[in-house]
Amino acid sequence: MGVFTQSVPRGFREKLYEVNWAFVLLIVLIGCIGVGMLYSVEAGSWDPYASRHALRFSVGVLLMIVVALFPPRFWMGIAYPAYLGALILLVGVELIGVTAMGAQRWLDIGPIRMQPSELMKIALVLALARYYHDLPEEKVSSLGGLIVPGIMIAAPMALIIMQPDLGTSLLLGATGAAIVFMAGLSWKVIAGGGLLGAIGGNIFLQYGLQDYQRARIMTFLDPESDPMGAGYHILQSKIALGSGGATGKGYMQGSQAHLNFLPEKQTDFIFTMLGEEFGFVGGIFVLGLYALVLANCVMIAASCRSTFLRLVVMGVATTFALYVFINVGMVMGLLPVVGVPLPMISYGGTVMMTVLFGLGLILGAHVHRGAEPPKGAGLFG
Amino acid sequence: MRRDKQEAQAQFNRRALLMGAAGLGVFAGLGARLYSLQILEQERYRTLSDDNQFNFRLQPPVRGRLLDRFDQPIAENRDSYRLMIIPEQAGDPRAALERLSRFMPLSEERIDRLVREIRRSPRFQPVTIAEDLDWQTFTRINLHLPELSGITPDVGEVRTYPHPQTFAHVTGYVQSAPPESANGDPLLLHPGFRIGRAGVEAAAEDTLRGEAGQLKVEVNAYGRVIRELPDQSVPATPGRDVRLAVDLRAQRAAMAALDGQAAAAVALDIQTGEILALASSPSFDPNSFVLGIGQEEFDGLNTNPYRPLFNKATTGLYAPASTVKGMAALAALQEGEFDPSEEVFCNGSTRLGNRTFHCWRREGHGRVNYHEAVKTSCDIYFYEAARRLGIERWRQMALTCGLGELFDIGMSIPQRAEGLVPSPAWKRARRGQPWTTGDMYNTGIGQGDLLASPLQLAVMTARVASGRKVTPTLFPREPGHQFESLGFDERYREMVHQAMRAVVHEPGGTSYWTLDAGRGLGIEGVEMCGKTGTAQVYSISAEERAAGVRDQEDLPWRLRNHGLFIGYAPAAAPRYAVAVVVEHGGGGSTAAARPARDILRDLVQRDPSARPVGPIATGPTPSTEG
Repeated sequence: MGVFTQSVPRGFREKLYEVNWAFVLLIVLIGCIGVGMLYSVEAGSWDPYASRHALRFSVGVLLMIVVALFPPRFWMGIAYPAYLGALILLVGVELIGVTAMGAQRWLDIGPIRMQPSELMKIALVLALARYYHDLPEEKVSSLGGLIVPGIMIAAPMALIIMQPDLGTSLLLGATGAAIVFMAGLSWKVIAGGGLLGAIGGNIFLQYGLQDYQRARIMTFLDPESDPMGAGYHILQSKIALGSGGATGKGYMQGSQAHLNFLPEKQTDFIFTMLGEEFGFVGGIFVLGLYALVLANCVMIAASCRSTFLRLVVMGVATTFALYVFINVGMVMGLLPVVGVPLPMISYGGTVMMTVLFGLGLILGAHVHRGAEPPKGAGLFG
Repeated sequence: MRRDKQEAQAQFNRRALLMGAAGLGVFAGLGARLYSLQILEQERYRTLSDDNQFNFRLQPPVRGRLLDRFDQPIAENRDSYRLMIIPEQAGDPRAALERLSRFMPLSEERIDRLVREIRRSPRFQPVTIAEDLDWQTFTRINLHLPELSGITPDVGEVRTYPHPQTFAHVTGYVQSAPPESANGDPLLLHPGFRIGRAGVEAAAEDTLRGEAGQLKVEVNAYGRVIRELPDQSVPATPGRDVRLAVDLRAQRAAMAALDGQAAAAVALDIQTGEILALASSPSFDPNSFVLGIGQEEFDGLNTNPYRPLFNKATTGLYAPASTVKGMAALAALQEGEFDPSEEVFCNGSTRLGNRTFHCWRREGHGRVNYHEAVKTSCDIYFYEAARRLGIERWRQMALTCGLGELFDIGMSIPQRAEGLVPSPAWKRARRGQPWTTGDMYNTGIGQGDLLASPLQLAVMTARVASGRKVTPTLFPREPGHQFESLGFDERYREMVHQAMRAVVHEPGGTSYWTLDAGRGLGIEGVEMCGKTGTAQVYSISAEERAAGVRDQEDLPWRLRNHGLFIGYAPAAAPRYAVAVVVEHGGGGSTAAARPARDILRDLVQRDPSARPVGPIATGPTPSTEG
């Protein structure tokens, strides 16, 4: 069965056969690199990061395949309820959230500590995809077709920015914008919106930021100005990368990382450690793997018949690409320090589950690329 | 509818491709940045990484010891267990100190002070929390170190003075260098480092200090040392030991003889000028100063009327009183102003114009020649001697004997310790009045404006005893050292010598009874020479006398006379000279004669000069001659 096959697999075995196993292998390879780097973080110990990462990743990959087997209609059905649920949880964070590291991001529900903003990343993609799936083509650029997605994107952004989590909020905005663009928004509206966005963004930079966020941006512009303070991390990260050279200092030989010059090296700065130990060759290899994932996503999206699946794939892929871009750009001193992990390599449970769930949706889109769910009883009938 | 759908699909594919291309473009940008960091700028970042990884730690040199003439240490070093806190690592300093206070006593007040200090200093610079911890506390804290982030233990060397009170004024002490004097010298800013701040510690600083070394260490981001690299380090050059001429036992004998009184004693080797003892009493414990003296203790020392911090031996100035009479007699005989047999009649006083000058002995001495005058310390004879000599010749003799002279003994002596030998020019400049015979009378018996330090009195004694230009030093001289002659007439010097022997050993001598009825040193066959002196501090008025204040013991301590004694021994071949001043020692010279005798006896009995002092093995001692 070729890429452009229109038929839809029905049975379990048929679906399993349709799973893009090369894509799965690519994901597993990246996860294994993560395990290897986390093994190095603790100087050759499985405890505490590498073993847990390996376990979570295995569970996550199974979850990804399970997600891929669900029919698109199922995801369309839960798109709006999931979005509303995530929105309610975000409001809940505002009201009763747990404050950690100066920000309210977590919600304690019994034994579970969850981050509703992670949930929202998937829910927003599904909800927007469902919305545009239902929306007649010609209404995409109409006033009504702009207001509803606008609100759908702006509401979680506003709630997350209050936590405050500027990075995630902008990530959601960018993902939403990408979906709106993919839905076929006319270039005229895009140009006008871009202009409005630029003006609004400027105003926001002036008045909408907390002091520490402004300080981060200023430090980003000139990290050497505060080498012992906020610029320290970026400077040390650049030193680690730069001193890695072409082929690196060798596995578990990264002096910057192992002498603790690198902060958060198991999470946000793991790419730095990789670059220090494996050099330019290692860094380019990992970036290449991520680029391959993205290229695959674009191909899968193009192969899908339904608007819903196309938009879901591009939305998730956008989020995924932004993760990589923001994380790597940050450790190389191109972007301000915002807490964004490197997908599947950084240690951390919630984000990995979100990412693998999203990749499961993409994988599922490939399996069901021929499916064409009817337009549901959308807001515009 | 179908065409629309295809059109939409095509538009979607175009846009998907556009986004994919944009994404890949961004990734290419990341790759380019990676290339610039890792390939183009690799050298720069590798250097920075090495700087991060390797650090030079200053290694303070071990300070040289101070030794007495028999190599007994009088200032040495011992291990000191310290605790430092590195603010960067400690997080909240107050919380860190409170955690620490579970394992060692740390008062709230002390924590407050440390927190203030930590806030003031750079985040990466260690601040000393505690020094000189006992071993138990130190090991307990080391055991709990994992719970005490930011706390770093350290072993350093600290100065210690094994004979605390005995040598305080000789050794001085070491202290942290004042930060303003450091001039960015990292050694002086090192928390464990001390420099000499007084005494020989300060004077011989260059010899004692040595040179700092550098230890190359591998550190982590918190500055914690992971590994030392001794083969790439420069070891510290230890300071050299400095041997002093002083004799621990003589010094002890001197301190014991002064017995906590406000007093000073100087003992010299007449042949070499070496200072064998330089005692100022009461003393203090220099160890207290090394780790920072408490305000209370310092105030106690500072307000003590006996002035323990003041070096009376080199810097205290007193009227030499009758101790100058030997020298005055020598001048009078040499200059031919008195024939050895010529007598003066003393009836207890003499008139000069409308003033009456008394002899210390109200009932008078009767007829006295030079010998009787020195032996009984008759003032009338020396008024006459001074009158005949005149101030210029009298003054010349005093200067020849070392009064008014500042000696470079190897530690700094303040300029004000020069003392004073008055002259007519001085009096005119100072008081705007001409020199009178009355001034000459006062000067002639060592009173008036005449001022000398115990060190100068010891030198005077040695010069009169030997006729040579003895100069004192705290550092060893070559054995067999010879001073040039002062050109005294040996005949008359021998006569004065006999008269000073008589002070102690002939009935009627002022020290005959106080020194055990002429037994002097109390050593069979060894005699001593001496001269007493009583420096008037306060004149008992007629009214007070009428009110029953008969003598010195009836006055408050601070108004009593100073007791002085100079002496040398053995009389047959003078080798040791000593001068003692007991502040407010009271009537006569008893207070000073016995301590001086005790010191001389100790020296003669052990004869420390019998053991030659050669050059010290660890290096030359600083030269102090000339």
